[in-house]
Amino acid sequence: MRELEMWIDRTKCDGHRLCAELFPERIELDDWGYPIIAPGPIPKALLPHAQRAVDSCPVLALALRRVEQKKPVKP
Amino acid sequence: MTTLGLLAGPPYSAGPESYRDHVARLGARPAGNRALIDTLDRSGLVGRGGASFPVGIKWKSVQSRSRGDAVVIANGAEGEPLSRKDQTLMALRPHLVIDGALLAADAVRANRILLYVGEAHASSLAAMSRALAERPAADVRRLVLLPAPASYVAGEATAAVHFVNAGIATPTATPPRPYESGVDGKPTLVQNVESLAHAALIARNGDGWFRSLGRNEAAGTVLLTVSGAVAKPGVVEVPCGSTIDEVLALAGGVRGTARAVLLGGYFGGWISARQAGTILLDPKALPAAGGSLGCGIVSVLDEAADPLEVSARIMQHLANESAAQCGPCFFGLKSLSTATSRLAARRPDDGDLPHLHRWTAMVKGRGACRHPDGAVAFLQSALKVFESEFAAASGTRGRKAS
Repeated sequence: MRELEMWIDRTKCDGHRLCAELFPERIELDDWGYPIIAPGPIPKALLPHAQRAVDSCPVLALALRRVEQKKPVKP
Repeated sequence: MTTLGLLAGPPYSAGPESYRDHVARLGARPAGNRALIDTLDRSGLVGRGGASFPVGIKWKSVQSRSRGDAVVIANGAEGEPLSRKDQTLMALRPHLVIDGALLAADAVRANRILLYVGEAHASSLAAMSRALAERPAADVRRLVLLPAPASYVAGEATAAVHFVNAGIATPTATPPRPYESGVDGKPTLVQNVESLAHAALIARNGDGWFRSLGRNEAAGTVLLTVSGAVAKPGVVEVPCGSTIDEVLALAGGVRGTARAVLLGGYFGGWISARQAGTILLDPKALPAAGGSLGCGIVSVLDEAADPLEVSARIMQHLANESAAQCGPCFFGLKSLSTATSRLAARRPDDGDLPHLHRWTAMVKGRGACRHPDGAVAFLQSALKVFESEFAAASGTRGRKAS
């Protein structure tokens, strides 16, 4: 099965905080208001919440991506 | 003084080696091909820009994706304030760097080479520019000299690619990484100039020769910039696997009494002087031991200096050099720097010291590039090595000035 994880483009994120409102199960805010995203694949039951957070980001900084295969080394 | 690999040949005072002298001393440039990548693999050469990544693996990752249109960036941006080794190498042995870049281009099947040299490094730019003019036309066609902006992050691999593509030397989000999609979307090899120069010698002398230069199971030599409380600060080339004590002896010995050694640079970490002496400078083995040779900085802190003040100054520099793209880096490093400065001034706010511990953990791994990671690793080493000084500074709050 295809496992998905939350990916963030940190250079786009401006700390609008909507993601943490909509997906509190996996996203909390740091002391400056920027999201801390729990690592790892998102459980199937939570995917609708995750998708809502992605869709609501005003600067399109979030995406659901397939979990990258662990390679032994990466440049 | 040095008769090892990169700086063998004419003395420093002779200035940049000419193309004619370079070819007379070392012979013509050998072939750059798949066999060279295997030779580099066997040589044990790891990158000298800071991350110590195996050079052979990096070249293979570009070569396997190239359709003859890959790009090579020879990275001589050298934005680390304590580092002089890349500038020195380019100013003395420009043709070794260019040979390495051409070999890399042939081996990974690249048709463009950018010599990315820090714009503030005037003598290096002059030497590289003159060296290009001495080269055969077939070499020059593929080579472009590109001054790099004088900022800390301009030398980060994705920032170098971003600068070539869009004129903005700030890191970009990964993936894709440069070896997947770099300059104009082509597979791109971003390699430090010292690494390329080593490759140029390994191509001539073989992997066994390179390994035999090292000591204590380490391979090859490394350029170091020695600074701080030593009699003769400067750039030295030493066998990998040498001890810090041996390096300090080469730099004329410690002036006064050493309190700590900064290893690796602003991205590196403090080691107490008591433990530093016997540490082996092996870029391959240090990461496993929790340290890093970084870009080859060895800087000695005198006991007379205030370690908190020096650490606060470095944190301030790193906070200012954030590209201001990622919130956790920009705001996190600013908060960390401000709290460290208050502690160094012995005028802390409530909670400054606990905040340093909380925020270093909070910021780590949350930038597009590794700038915040390097900064918090540095501060964590300061909190460990200067624990008693930080504790004393934290307790100074409320003390009446007399």
